[in-house]
Amino acid sequence: MQRLISSIASRLVIAVPYLWLLIFFLIPFIIVFKISLSQGATSIPPYAPTFDLSAGWQGLKDSFAQFSWDNYVWLVEDPLYYKAYLSSVLIAAVSTLLTLIVGYPIAYGMARAPTTIRPTLLMLVILPFWTSFLIRVYAWIGILKPEGLLNQFLMWAHVIDTPLNILNTNTAVFIGIVYSYLPFLVLPIYSALEKMDYSLVEAAEDLGCPPILAFWKITFRLSMPGVIAGCFLVFIPAVGEFVIPDLLGGSQTLMIGKTLWSEFFSNRDWPVSSAVAVVLLLLLVVPIVLFQRAESRARESEK
Amino acid sequence: MKSLGSFRRKFAPWNDPEAKPFIAIENVTKKFADFTAVDDLSLNIYNREFFALLGASGCGKSTLLRMLAGFEEPTAGRIQIDGQDMRGIPPYKRPVNMMFQSYALFPHMTVEGNIAFGLKQDGMQKGDIEARVAEMLKLVKLERFAKRKPHQLSGGQRQRVALARAVAKRPKVLLLDEPLGALDKKLREETQFELMDLQMKLGLTFVVVTHDQEEAMTMADRIAVMDKGKVMQVATPAEVYEAPNSKFVADFIGNVNMFEGTTAAVGNGKIDIAVAPENLTIRTEASRSCTIGQPVGFAIRPEKIRISRKQPADSSINSAYGEMWDIAYFGDMTVFHVKLESGRIIKAASLNAVRTVEEPLGYDDMVWVNFDTDAGIVLTA
Repeated sequence: MQRLISSIASRLVIAVPYLWLLIFFLIPFIIVFKISLSQGATSIPPYAPTFDLSAGWQGLKDSFAQFSWDNYVWLVEDPLYYKAYLSSVLIAAVSTLLTLIVGYPIAYGMARAPTTIRPTLLMLVILPFWTSFLIRVYAWIGILKPEGLLNQFLMWAHVIDTPLNILNTNTAVFIGIVYSYLPFLVLPIYSALEKMDYSLVEAAEDLGCPPILAFWKITFRLSMPGVIAGCFLVFIPAVGEFVIPDLLGGSQTLMIGKTLWSEFFSNRDWPVSSAVAVVLLLLLVVPIVLFQRAESRARESEK
Repeated sequence: MKSLGSFRRKFAPWNDPEAKPFIAIENVTKKFADFTAVDDLSLNIYNREFFALLGASGCGKSTLLRMLAGFEEPTAGRIQIDGQDMRGIPPYKRPVNMMFQSYALFPHMTVEGNIAFGLKQDGMQKGDIEARVAEMLKLVKLERFAKRKPHQLSGGQRQRVALARAVAKRPKVLLLDEPLGALDKKLREETQFELMDLQMKLGLTFVVVTHDQEEAMTMADRIAVMDKGKVMQVATPAEVYEAPNSKFVADFIGNVNMFEGTTAAVGNGKIDIAVAPENLTIRTEASRSCTIGQPVGFAIRPEKIRISRKQPADSSINSAYGEMWDIAYFGDMTVFHVKLESGRIIKAASLNAVRTVEEPLGYDDMVWVNFDTDAGIVLTA
């Protein structure tokens, strides 16, 4: 009896996250997918068909008959969409690389710092999360705008004569993404570096390896699981990023998050924006699967 | 001519005034902030010597080893290896290799990859590397494990990979930091002899750091006993054991009975020492020159003390009477703790050379302990 209860209890515990995913992820996704197969209509909600259970079995069948892949065909035919997808992936990739260049030395510095100050450094990395993401991105407008802090400082220091035009360019988007996602990259790399045995680097040097080469062959190589995890944690959300390109980017910044937003709110075209969202999700499934493969491989090699 | 204990091989370049030291450590000091790890230390280590740095943790032995490897620079003093001053020479350019206590095997490389790592750094030809790796694998008997990753090996196998990797480059000196520390007792004893064998075969100079005196005594040609950053004695294992130069060394190495007294008589190559509370008179060979009335120490190893129920013929010297207090039976030998009237405990060990004893000594027996005049050693430091 006891065993039965505990087996039911353990199943219940496992069921909770599954239930969560079912209610808050799978069902909404099915609804979005259903809308993406519908047609735009001037009604509430602004698409057709809608399921009307009062129409009975025949009505349901009629509704199903109205589903079509037209919106997906439209996405393929209009170059705006694939350009936006491509540009999003590119911007996300470049930002990820920049974040890695900025974040790796931070993680390395933290991991090599005396153990007594490591918690403080960790705190400093996490601290920005205590302020709303939106407010922090807004703050960058104040820094980057032509009469903003950065330009004022550079002009005061006589580095430049005329204000740099950073805000509303892709550069601003890169700065915004690097800044916002830095902790997601620093933390996994830090945790990989922190548990590394430093005597491995000494052993490499002892065997004739100059320090820079030892760093590359040992330290960097062994932090790869952290680097991969961190890069995916930046890349995946950056592809679908909306707030940063909207606030910091310019009219030429083409990102799929923005396209989706304008389809939904400006054009009120729910079916097309749903199709955009479904394609975006499918697009991200590829790196997510790659990420999970890398994760499980890393876990395998640790055994 | 009598000599001290046993010796491993006829090899004693340190007694040869002509011999040039291979590693010369001259007045080396190493300070970390306000802590002095190594304090004005000088040592000579000779070519092909198996040299052990022995001491408790924190005595500076590992710091000294790290200075030889180049991971630490001396604060003052000079280190020469094969006539070359090592100041400012980084680890990757030194003619030494180190075997780390943690083994520090590269987890992402196979056994082969680990052994080949140092050879690749030297830009050795691919074919030569393969040949050398095969040779090393054979040397440590790991041919079958070449393609394994370190985490797929046992502790003993990892130790041998670390060893193979460290000797693969044929360094002039091999530094070993607690090489057997992570192995269990049985394996440790086997590996000790393997290490000695390897050192002879390769003809390398070994410097090993250890806190295990048995390990140092078994393997080393000479031992430097260290304490608080200083070398207390450098000598062969037999000398360190039988002729310690100070109370510290006598106490640190092995088991010892230590007496404090004053010299009562000197002459005929003998010294009489009066030990106050028990009114004991110790007569011993004058291994050191003393004056009458000088406070001295006397150290004697338990196995050099006889124990018996019968009173010795001359019980006026080197004898004491007491009660059996504790008996530690080790199988191969038994250590008896005899409590004198003054409360002093004297340890006497006897080899269990036969399986059965007529009347074994037991608790509360009243016994005599006594020893010969050449059994112990006078210590003035």
